[in-house]
Amino acid sequence: MSVDTESAVMPGAVAPPAPQVKRRRGARKDRAGYLFLLPWFIGMLFTIVPFFASLYLAFTDYNLLNAPKWIGLENFTAMFRDPVLLKSLQVTFIYTFVSVPLSLAAALGVAMILNRGIKGLPWYRAVFYLPSLLGASVAVVLLWRYVFGLDGIVNAFLGWFGVPAVSWTSDPDYALTTLIILHIWTFGSPMVIFLAGLRQIPVMYYEAAAVDGASKWRRFRSITLPLLSPIIFFNLIQSLIASFQTFTQGFVMNNGGGGPANSTLFYNLYLYQQGFNQFNMGYASAMAWTLLVIIAVFTALTFFTAKYWVNYDS
Amino acid sequence: MSSTLQTPRAAKPDEDADAHIERFGSTRKSRFTRHMILCVIGLVMMYPLLWLVSSSVKPNGLIFSDLSLWPAEWSPSNYTEGWTALEWDFSVYFTNSIVIVVLSIIGNLFSCSLAAYGFARLNFTGRKLFFALMLGTMMLPGHVLLIPQYILFAKLGWLNTYYPLLVPNFLATNAFYIFLMVQFMRSLPQELDDAARIDGCGPFRTFWSIILPLCRPAFATTAIFTFISVWNEFFGPLLYLTDPELYTVPLALRQFIDSEGQSQWGQMFAMSVLSLAPIVGFFIAGQKYLVKGIATTGLK
Repeated sequence: MSVDTESAVMPGAVAPPAPQVKRRRGARKDRAGYLFLLPWFIGMLFTIVPFFASLYLAFTDYNLLNAPKWIGLENFTAMFRDPVLLKSLQVTFIYTFVSVPLSLAAALGVAMILNRGIKGLPWYRAVFYLPSLLGASVAVVLLWRYVFGLDGIVNAFLGWFGVPAVSWTSDPDYALTTLIILHIWTFGSPMVIFLAGLRQIPVMYYEAAAVDGASKWRRFRSITLPLLSPIIFFNLIQSLIASFQTFTQGFVMNNGGGGPANSTLFYNLYLYQQGFNQFNMGYASAMAWTLLVIIAVFTALTFFTAKYWVNYDS
Repeated sequence: MSSTLQTPRAAKPDEDADAHIERFGSTRKSRFTRHMILCVIGLVMMYPLLWLVSSSVKPNGLIFSDLSLWPAEWSPSNYTEGWTALEWDFSVYFTNSIVIVVLSIIGNLFSCSLAAYGFARLNFTGRKLFFALMLGTMMLPGHVLLIPQYILFAKLGWLNTYYPLLVPNFLATNAFYIFLMVQFMRSLPQELDDAARIDGCGPFRTFWSIILPLCRPAFATTAIFTFISVWNEFFGPLLYLTDPELYTVPLALRQFIDSEGQSQWGQMFAMSVLSLAPIVGFFIAGQKYLVKGIATTGLK
C-alpha cells in the first residue's frame, strides 16, 4: 500500500509492476483476448484452409467425384487456349475500366455539387444513395431487362428523338452497355464517401485561392483533387476489386448464360459455369487464382502509382 | 442575403444538421442551377424505380403501351396472382429470407462484437498480427475460397441447408463489420474499462455491461448493412439451395424468367416491388447509420 502511494505522489514515476505480477496478468489478459477472438479464429480456419486448398486444386484435375489428380500447369495453359475464357476476361475488363471511372466521376461531381451547403441535402443524398443499395438485387437487374428492352422506356424516350428502337439487352453490341449504365446508376455509395472527404477540406483554401484569382477549374485541380486524393484512391481500389467480381448482373440479365453471344459473360460467371455446371473444379480454381493475381496486380499498380498522385501530407 | 465569412449559413437554425458552411462565391443563380441539375439527375435515377412501382399495378396489356407513371387502369391482381404464381407461395420465400436475414444479423452482431472488443480494448500477444490478418481478409476476393468451401460444405452434408449461409456469420468472417465496430469501440474512453476493472469487473463483464450498451449505433449500422446485403444476396443461395421450398426471395424472382410467358410481367414487377420494399424501408429508417457507416469504413 505504501508503495502505491509513493508512486502516486511522484509525478512521472509510474513504477512498473513487479515482473512476476505482470507476467501473470499478461497471461490472463492473453486468455481473455483469445477467448473473445475464438469465433474469429474458427472463422479464419474457414478462410485460410480454403485459400490454400484452392491454390492446390488449381494444379489438379478434379470433378468432385474422383480424387484430385495433379496435372501441374495444365489448367493455366488451357486457359490461354480457351476462347470463352478470354472473352469473359475481355467483358470483365471493359466493364471495369469503363464503369469504374465513370461512376467515380459521377460520384465526385454530384458530391461536389452537394457539398456546397445546399438546402435539402438529406433528400438529395437519399435519392442518390438508394440505388446503390438496390443495384445488386435480382429485382433491379430484372427491371433493367425491361427498361432497356425492345418495348422499354429507354426506347420510348429515344423514340421522341426519332431514334429507332433497339433491343438493347439482347443485342451483343449493347447488352454490356446496359450493365455499365446499371453500375453508374449505383454511384451513390462512393458519393457518400466523397462527401465525407470534401467536408474535411477547409473552406479558407478556396477563399484564399479565389482572392489570388484562381479559376474554378484551377481551384478544383489544385485544391480539391490533391486533398481528396486519398479518398479517390480508396474508392478506386474498392470499386476495382468489387467490379472484377461482378456476377449477379450477368447471371440474371441473360438467365445464367452470359449471353447474348457471351457479351455479358463476366469472368466470375464463367468460373461458376466451369465449377458448378461442368464440375471442372480444378479449372475453376485455376481461374479463381488467376483473377486473384489480376486483382492483386491492379491493386498493386494503384498503390505503386499512388505516390505520384495521392497526397498524404495534410 | 449576402452570406459573409463570419455568419456561415450552417449556423442558422433552419438549416439541418448536415448542411454546412456555404462555399465561397455562391450566388442565388448558381444555387438555382445546382438545384436544377440535382433534380434532373435525381429524376432520371428514380424513374426506373417509379416505373417499376407503377407497372406493378397496371394490367399486362398497358405496361409497355401506357408510359405515364399514373396507371390509367389499376390491376391489384398482379400482387395476389404473383404471390401464388410460382411453385410455392411467396409467403414461403419471404419466410425463408427473413429467417436467414434475422439469424445472420444475430450471428454478425454476436461474433463481430466479440472479436472487435478483443481487438479494440484488450491487449494480448499477437494482437497486431491478427488485426493485420483480419484487415487482409477484407481485401480478399471471396471467389478464391469458393470451391474449397463448397467441397467442405458438401462433405459436411450441408448442401441444400441454410448452414453454409449462416454458420460463417457466427464465425466473424465478415471483417468489415469487425473493423466498423473496432473503430467505434476505440473512440470510447479507456477510463470506462479502467473504472470497471477497479470496481471488480472482468473483461467479460466489462464487455457485456459497459461496452455493449454504448455500441448501439455501431450495432445498428452492422444490422442494417447485414440486412441489406443478406436480403439481396443471390450467389450463396444459388449455389447452396436447390430445393425450391428453401429458396429465398431473389432466387424465387429469378424463376419468373425461367417461366417467362408473354403475360407475367405485371406479376413479376409486383413481386419485385415487394422484394425491394424492405430494403427501402430499412434505408429510410436507418439512413443516419448507413451514411455514417459508409463514411467511416467505405462499406458498400
